[in-house]
Amino acid sequence: MAALAIDLCTIIKLSGTMQIYLPIAEVSVNAFLLLGLGGFVGILSGMFGVGGGFLMTPLLFFIGIPPAVAVATEANQIVASSFSGALAHLRRRTVDLKMGAVLLSGGLIGATIGLYIFNYLKSVGQVDLLVKLCYVIFLGIIGSLMFIESLNAIRRAKSNENVINRTNRHKGLVHTLPLKMRFKTSGLYISAIPPFAVGIFVGILSAIMGVGGGFIMVPAMIYILGMPTKVVVGTSLFQIIFVTGFATLLHATTNYTVDIALAVLLLIGGVIGAQIGTQIGSKMRAEQLRILLSVLVLLVCLKLATDLLIQPSELFSLGTIGN
Amino acid sequence: MRVLALIVMLLMFSKNLVANEQIVLGLSQDEVAITANFDGSKILLFGAIQRDAPQPDGKMGVIITIAGPSKPIAVRKKEKRFGIWVNNQTVEVDAAPSFYAVATSAPFTEIVSDVEDLRNKISVERAIRSVGAPMHIQDSQSFTEAVIRIRKDQKLYQLLENEIVVDQSTLFRTSVDMPANLTEGDYFTRIFLTRDGKIVSQFDTIIDVKKVGLERFLFNLSRENPLIYGLLSLAIAIIAGWVASSFFRYIRHT
Repeated sequence: MAALAIDLCTIIKLSGTMQIYLPIAEVSVNAFLLLGLGGFVGILSGMFGVGGGFLMTPLLFFIGIPPAVAVATEANQIVASSFSGALAHLRRRTVDLKMGAVLLSGGLIGATIGLYIFNYLKSVGQVDLLVKLCYVIFLGIIGSLMFIESLNAIRRAKSNENVINRTNRHKGLVHTLPLKMRFKTSGLYISAIPPFAVGIFVGILSAIMGVGGGFIMVPAMIYILGMPTKVVVGTSLFQIIFVTGFATLLHATTNYTVDIALAVLLLIGGVIGAQIGTQIGSKMRAEQLRILLSVLVLLVCLKLATDLLIQPSELFSLGTIGN
Repeated sequence: MRVLALIVMLLMFSKNLVANEQIVLGLSQDEVAITANFDGSKILLFGAIQRDAPQPDGKMGVIITIAGPSKPIAVRKKEKRFGIWVNNQTVEVDAAPSFYAVATSAPFTEIVSDVEDLRNKISVERAIRSVGAPMHIQDSQSFTEAVIRIRKDQKLYQLLENEIVVDQSTLFRTSVDMPANLTEGDYFTRIFLTRDGKIVSQFDTIIDVKKVGLERFLFNLSRENPLIYGLLSLAIAIIAGWVASSFFRYIRHT
């Protein structure tokens, strides 16, 4: 991350041309830099079925976009990249629409709850800290779990024992709870309560952390619901479209922080990147995909954790009062 | 840098003060238009000192200040709590200009007295108004200093000592670089003429910084019709996603 940060710095300094002034963010940035960032995050989005917000939002802070604008605009950009990715998955029939709808109904409720929590913390004045702590905790837990699990899966695949693992995963809470539903695409017959609860939980987190929540949703679907990895990515993208679309509208109407110019530049890079990413993703094995994602998640977690632990060079920060 | 389009000579005389020396000012532009490719602007300020009588004795100085719109800000200080760095203390600064530049013809303290600085709030430190920090915060001065330090780093606060060129004690000129991250509003511009640290003449004008064209349209739409603006951003996102998806499918099938 540090090396990447230095690279970005030099890119900004070298390319004096193609500056663009963002009307809502009220800063001037390089258009190619934004296109590049969008493309990079878009590739990851297509490969892993994550919106990419957990990466893009901190990157936008870094290039000087005000945090409120970065969070809101990022939601809008995720709509584009996840829509593009989801379409590709729909055509390959790797989206479980029924499961997506259940997750989504929980997600919208969760996002609304999350927004109330977010606004409460904003009034207390510690929202920055909580957002960062949320990132560190969730990225840390999920990253390490996925990393260990994927390593084991790869080791098992080598010794041909992965068949046993599959059957083991299909037991537990998802089968004992009532309200059982059949999810044909996923090949599951499980209770609707766990996916609904997962939806609410991810919705809350995505509103607080300003991300689509794919990096939590994907592992939750694999490890809690036991969905096959092939379907997980498309279904995650499908429900992210709606949750982030909802968040964009909320931000645009309450905080006026969605910057269309910034969003357009990010999403041009993003949608193209997502298409490339989907192609790469379909050619790679699921375990490899998961181990790559887990390394990425851990890197971002580490970067954020060091920011909290090491004394910052500037102890003071400026903020606006009220809205 | 934007090419300076318009040269506007403003021939207005300051109303009062000492009558035998007056400032006549010209600006390369009296408005800054923020367009989509705006990346800062250089403003030239030039003028003359008009005299009815021979030049009086005493060290002459010219000071120019440009101040952006003032807004209250919250200054937060991080402290280590439970092993992590968190925002702990907050001091509200009642009014701090979003942009402030002071240009002088000689070292600041040599051409303006402290009393005049206090009265007219010329220096960067005085331009920031802070009514007072809460009682429990010690060293509240460090918070105002932090505002100046952070904004100086962003080139939003500038002290341009000796940057005004004065020819034959009559003509003066300077240029001020305004950074790309400007906020909209009236930029209040003052020119002071001093003799032995005392202000003998003052001239005020306003530089209008505003968004134009598409920037103006999008900004207004986001404030006046936020729902339409939000739906528009969603529509753009959906269309872009769909176009990219169809386009790549087309490429793959041919």
